Amino acid sequence: MTILYLILFLLGAGLVACLVERTNANAPRWISLFAFIIATIWTGAIWLGGADPETGFYVTGELSWIPALGINVLLKVDGLSLVLIGLTTILGVIAVVSSWSEINVSRGFFQFNILWVMAGVIGVFCAYDLFLFFFFWEVMLIPMYFLIAIWGHEDRSYAAMKFFLFTQVSGLLMLVAIIALVWINYANTGVITFSYDELLNVELSGTVGSLLMLGFFIAFITKLPSVPVHTWLPDAHTQAPTAGSVILAGILLKTGGYGLIRFTVPLFEEASRDFAFVAMLLGVISILYGGYMAYSQSDFKRLVAYSSIAHMGFILVGVYAFNELGMQGAIVTMIAHGFSTAALFMMAGSLQERLHTREMSQMGGLWVKAPRMGAMTMFFVIASVGMPGLGNFIGEFLVLLGAFKVNVPLTVLATVGIVVAAVYGLSLMQRSFQGTPNAQVATMQDFGFREMSVYAIMIVALVWIGIYPQHVLDLAQPTLDALGIAL
Amino acid sequence: MTLSDLWVSFPLVVLVGGTLILMIGVSIVRTHRLALGLTLLALILSLAAHDISLDHITEGGYELFGLLNVSGVQVFFNALFLLGATVTALFAYPYFDARVERCEEFYILLLTATAGAMVVAAATHFASFILGLEILSISLYAMIAYPRQSHPPLEAAAKYLVLSAVASSAILMGMALTYTATGTMAFAEITLSPESGERSYFLLGQALICVGIAFKLSLVPFHMWTPDVYQGAPAVVTGYVATVSKGAVIALLITYVQSTDVLSYDGVFYAVVFVAVASMIVGNLLALLQTNVKRLLAYSSIAHLGYLLIAVLVVNTARPELVLETILLYVAAYFIITLAAFGIVNLTSEHETEDNEQLEAYAGLFWRNPLLASILTAVALALAGIPLTVGFIAKFYVFAAGVEGTAWALIWALLIGSAIGVFYYLRLIYTMVKEVQPGATALPRIGTQSVVAVTVLGLLIVVLGVYPTPMIDMVRSIVQSSGF
Repeated sequence: MTILYLILFLLGAGLVACLVERTNANAPRWISLFAFIIATIWTGAIWLGGADPETGFYVTGELSWIPALGINVLLKVDGLSLVLIGLTTILGVIAVVSSWSEINVSRGFFQFNILWVMAGVIGVFCAYDLFLFFFFWEVMLIPMYFLIAIWGHEDRSYAAMKFFLFTQVSGLLMLVAIIALVWINYANTGVITFSYDELLNVELSGTVGSLLMLGFFIAFITKLPSVPVHTWLPDAHTQAPTAGSVILAGILLKTGGYGLIRFTVPLFEEASRDFAFVAMLLGVISILYGGYMAYSQSDFKRLVAYSSIAHMGFILVGVYAFNELGMQGAIVTMIAHGFSTAALFMMAGSLQERLHTREMSQMGGLWVKAPRMGAMTMFFVIASVGMPGLGNFIGEFLVLLGAFKVNVPLTVLATVGIVVAAVYGLSLMQRSFQGTPNAQVATMQDFGFREMSVYAIMIVALVWIGIYPQHVLDLAQPTLDALGIAL
Repeated sequence: MTLSDLWVSFPLVVLVGGTLILMIGVSIVRTHRLALGLTLLALILSLAAHDISLDHITEGGYELFGLLNVSGVQVFFNALFLLGATVTALFAYPYFDARVERCEEFYILLLTATAGAMVVAAATHFASFILGLEILSISLYAMIAYPRQSHPPLEAAAKYLVLSAVASSAILMGMALTYTATGTMAFAEITLSPESGERSYFLLGQALICVGIAFKLSLVPFHMWTPDVYQGAPAVVTGYVATVSKGAVIALLITYVQSTDVLSYDGVFYAVVFVAVASMIVGNLLALLQTNVKRLLAYSSIAHLGYLLIAVLVVNTARPELVLETILLYVAAYFIITLAAFGIVNLTSEHETEDNEQLEAYAGLFWRNPLLASILTAVALALAGIPLTVGFIAKFYVFAAGVEGTAWALIWALLIGSAIGVFYYLRLIYTMVKEVQPGATALPRIGTQSVVAVTVLGLLIVVLGVYPTPMIDMVRSIVQSSGF
């Protein structure tokens, strides 16, 4: 039940943060910060507690919910879930700190939304009941919608609407697929159940399997996002407040990758194998298209947003390579991208706070005035480009290794994407931090202790994954073994 | 008439008795507070009387005078009507107290309308059907026109009167034709024997009855009256029209479809499919264009009735228990959500002017009154069918019934309709989180009982959305006992 308590703890902290705003306007962010720190320690404790050697789960929880429909609150945490929950709680801390001075209206409700969206995401990462999974999947949308719609930038209404609409509609397709799957199982066995483990055994005919698989697949690649359902992402990321972008890029996109690994592939193995080429092709297109679009942006935040599409393409390629290397690569990419992109979005937020613009043409020569910011940007751009020794390299390299075994031409094209990444990454660096200083820059303040300590966390994480990825690989390995598919 | 006949009809007797007492009471002492008190007493006593009548109802329902059949399903609907009327009375008190000089008669109309709804819901015979329907409709005309000094309610009432009378005559004509073809007016005996040469009369009759029902449920293409009436009627009455009067017809539809098996005729079936799809798509598309919250809710209710029809349409392909369970849950959810929605419209309205119905008037409600704004957010999310709200549970059931009945075309329409729906429900939410507009006036002072009523409804939306088990269990036991 620990994991349920963790979710309830974050939800409760959200309510408290919302209510104390009346008495103390600064209290909500402290409450939120401590809640995420406690949650991180909590997750660490679960990790240290070790997995049950028989089942491979760290913690499990089960509670009757809607017995009439065979729906239970069924939560299980295995290695993959644990890594992603850890990422969630750490990025929670980072999101709160990154928005420390940015938010001045209704701080309580702001922290409420951050805490609730994170609670929803943790639920997504450990739900083993498909109804519960869908429940969390949709629930995390609402607070995210508010984050963009209330505290976003100039075009927030449009961006928030687009974000919600894309995810909700694709989610409905998944809902229909879930119900159809459950009812097929009901027709076969006479039992209505939404339990993941039971539904793994459903026998599906070719066409039905493919259709249901598509229902899940579309929902997940919309979230991931992949071409052609990616158009919500540049708007949502650009318009969201810094904390919103950090959460979106760092965590919410990963729920799509997680869904593919946990649900689409094991539930519809045969259909997924038949579909693998198309999925990999979509991944490669995303890599190249995302890179190309990123290069042509003049808005700092939009550039990073498009680069996310490119990086997420690697996840799609890795998962559908259908081998251990590819899957492991996808998982490592998820974690590494979570940190590197969160850092870059934070940087965009800090720049906007100081310069009141995201246009790179208004920047230039920032390094002179703010060497710490420059160094940090350099580090995370390099990480994002895929420098060996840092987390992203490991992930993308493993994906390419896995994909090479399956389809050489697509792998070659995906590799070109890494070159493109170097081009847009370095151009971002040059346009904003190098060159002749702009007049506005004269008064710019460099990072203080608060910002630097947050970046330090992310640097440590990326170096750790980059130099010794075995920790993440070991955590994810049992999950891949247990998926029940031959890799 | 036996003693148990009396016990089963006791709730109706109590309600009608209450109406008479109120009528006499009002003619002796005119006190608004007393009228409200008597009304609430009658409604609650009638609700309590259902407990007695339940003891006498056997499996499959209790046949009353060959006109009515009361089973668990009817009790369920009656409870919804009575609760809906209670909420309406609570909202009506401050609303009319501030606007109208003589408010007492409104409660008489409220009680007669509710009695009419109860008769319609239990009808198993054309006679009781049309009698109940007319008691309900005639009370509604007067309720809509009740603030008689202002123009919009009168206009709305006139529209509703004319169009509703047309629909009633269509139903009457349909009944006559059906009687010609089958020689009976009891639902259970309406079947077309194969050798009968009156097939065309029969089908035309059924078509006319369906048109009348579609009108009362405001389904496309018989929906024209809905936005105008919703907009013109006082918000309290709109809430009542949207819930109780539609709920009664839905209950009748269940009985009618079940006993006549009218959906097994291909022509009727595909006509209803068309109506359902058109309602889902047209209702949602037109709701997109609205800048008036009452009109928006009107079009949204058209779409929702279209969703509900999916469950009715799969009656022959899915398990009947699931179909009935879906309909009952959907109606219950719809009642709660709609009453809360119009409750908020009503509570934020200024006394002197017309109702607070322009979308722009809701700008910044989140910062002006967080409680009402949160409830309206829950309402919008529930109407959109997002989890955490009871609206999701209802929509989930419709999806399940559609999948079990393999009605894929209808499911696609539901998907498209929901996608469009998200758009305008979110726009409502977005309007509320915008900055407060410079010239915005303070919200009217709101009475405690209205706040309590609307908060309870808001809580129900969320609590039953997160933990629907009690509601599902209750509905399931009703379905099992009704022998559907």
